Amino acid sequence: MSNKLEISRRSLLLSGAVGAAGLAVSSLPFGRALAAGSLSVGFIYVGPRDDYGYNQAHAQGAAALKKLPGVKVTEEERVPETVDVEKTMESMINLDGAKLIFPTSFGYFDPYVLKLAKKYPDVTFMHCGGLWKEGEPDNAHSYFGYIDEAEYLSGIVAGHATKSKKLGFIAAKPIPQVLRNINAFTLGARSVDPSITTQVIFTGDWSMPVKEAEATNSMADQGIDVVTCHVDSPKVVVETAEKRGMFTTGYHANQAALAPKGYLTGAEWNWEVLYPSFVADVLAGKTIPHLVRGGLKEKIVKTSPYGAMVGAAARKQADAVKAQLEAGTFVIFKGPIKDNKGNTVIAASVSQGQTDIALESMSYLVEGVIGSTS
Amino acid sequence: MDETSIGWWGVPLAIFAGAIRISTPFLFVSLGEMVTEKSGRINLGLEGTLIMGAMSGYGIAYLTGSPWLGVLVAGLVGIAFGMLHAGICSLPKVNDIAVGIALMLLGTGLAFYLGKPLVQPQAPNLPSINFGWWSDLQQVQSALKINALFIIGVVLAPVFLWALRNTRWGLILRIVGDSSDAARAMGYSPLAVRLAATAFGGFMAGVGGSFLSLYYPGSWNEGLSSGQGITAVALVIFARWNPMNCLWASLLFGGASALGPALQSVGVTQGYYLFNAAPYVLTLLILVLSSSSHRHIAGAPGELSVTR
Repeated sequence: MSNKLEISRRSLLLSGAVGAAGLAVSSLPFGRALAAGSLSVGFIYVGPRDDYGYNQAHAQGAAALKKLPGVKVTEEERVPETVDVEKTMESMINLDGAKLIFPTSFGYFDPYVLKLAKKYPDVTFMHCGGLWKEGEPDNAHSYFGYIDEAEYLSGIVAGHATKSKKLGFIAAKPIPQVLRNINAFTLGARSVDPSITTQVIFTGDWSMPVKEAEATNSMADQGIDVVTCHVDSPKVVVETAEKRGMFTTGYHANQAALAPKGYLTGAEWNWEVLYPSFVADVLAGKTIPHLVRGGLKEKIVKTSPYGAMVGAAARKQADAVKAQLEAGTFVIFKGPIKDNKGNTVIAASVSQGQTDIALESMSYLVEGVIGSTS
Repeated sequence: MDETSIGWWGVPLAIFAGAIRISTPFLFVSLGEMVTEKSGRINLGLEGTLIMGAMSGYGIAYLTGSPWLGVLVAGLVGIAFGMLHAGICSLPKVNDIAVGIALMLLGTGLAFYLGKPLVQPQAPNLPSINFGWWSDLQQVQSALKINALFIIGVVLAPVFLWALRNTRWGLILRIVGDSSDAARAMGYSPLAVRLAATAFGGFMAGVGGSFLSLYYPGSWNEGLSSGQGITAVALVIFARWNPMNCLWASLLFGGASALGPALQSVGVTQGYYLFNAAPYVLTLLILVLSSSSHRHIAGAPGELSVTR
């Protein structure tokens, strides 16, 4: 016993040296990241990561990274689009040694990501939203998916499912990305039957559970029988619609489990395919383009598997268009297209492919949409 | 218009249905807060209590499969928060408003922290009672699916009014609220009465919160309350500390909240931001119209720090 209590001077010195060495290594900003083939990745979400929506889609991407050898993932939820995100990113860089950061919310980019990208030139920032412009820091990147392709397919399935020929779309705000989804959904449905209309209700913000439920109920009362949405978490809309016996098409992630009777299909992000490819590029030291975009063809978006209630005709038409979209031969916004005030917004001879920059500033609702952008 | 649509009739129907669906949390929180304020104390922490109630009710309903047990636990959590508020306020020179704000932040933060694993699962919801059996219209049937909690709230309002005026308990509450000196002279302990009144207010707020997560909209997420607890506290002042007015104010607020989505669904699409603000505009309007420059706010408890 007495031996064990005796601490020799030598062992004391040794443990002290080890401790000091440990400190020295961890105080170096890139100590761990430099280890061969290893990478520390930070994920920042604006809401809870299991919200059946936007954040869950990103978290599924993060989960795919966790399976990769040598990749360490740090996550933080509910980070507001304020100076808070700057603090979170700084602590991920300094404390966790993050070399690759995914600030996933749209409002994180300007000014927070831009500011930190200048401050930490050796950290790669991958922002979701497609905002990067020429002249902005080299280590900042922006990616986004053409999810309107999946919305178009949802529209086709919805167009086959509706009996009243009235569809509903619950949206947060009339910004270009949302309008593009509403328009693609409506064009898809009207390719089945041109008499179909889409009623839009804007709730005013990304997460308004009571208003979303109220909007779904109002739509049910108006005889709308298929509803979809573009809000952060479609859970409330999908659950309320299921209670009212409506069909739904999902958004962001797969909500089929919430509505076994009414969930037709849905437009989902496919981040679990995209993110590992980013990590592979960073590890290989390859340069990633500043703007990464793609749709079904590039496997950045996907559709939910059809529900059992989706009929053969709907499956056949949607699958045919999907095959064309995957081959890159189908154009959704192909003239002539009128807005819902009767003005021609895309002339007869014009076809705006997915990469067309004009689509990024969309400010109209197409013919057949009942609603207004203001 | 085809037979499945009821067109413009949808607007009054939605306001009516919305008044029933949306008003319940307001009603419970404002009735509870009315009792607390009648004892001479204001509990601003009810927003936090509401969210804690919503989270704990959902959690218990999910774990046990019994939504009513969830409601009960939500109420118990509310009592705990109410007693915490009253307990801290019993200490000398403690400001009840500051404690309330602290508890609001605590309740919200704690609920978000503990509620993390509850965002995804689906808990069983409270059943509704179908009063629409007489109608062939699916819309009317759906509007008249009424939750038992709403009915309890509606019954409680006149009961509270009667109890405040006609029972010994009501009288003690009012004495403590109007003059703690008088109450002490009569042998009642103002602190004990306020503890009971604040705990009761917490119970009601917790139950109100469980309505949000267990009936409408019927799931737990972090944006669930978005200020409904604090609005309900304001409704008490708006209702001039009268339980029946709490009921009318809650119904008005619920109905007005339904206006925005309902008008958009019938095609009135311009100016929806304005319609969404309708409940607040309406509140301001009534407060301005009913205010007076030369009269003390009628019904205000004399000991209440905000009116003293």
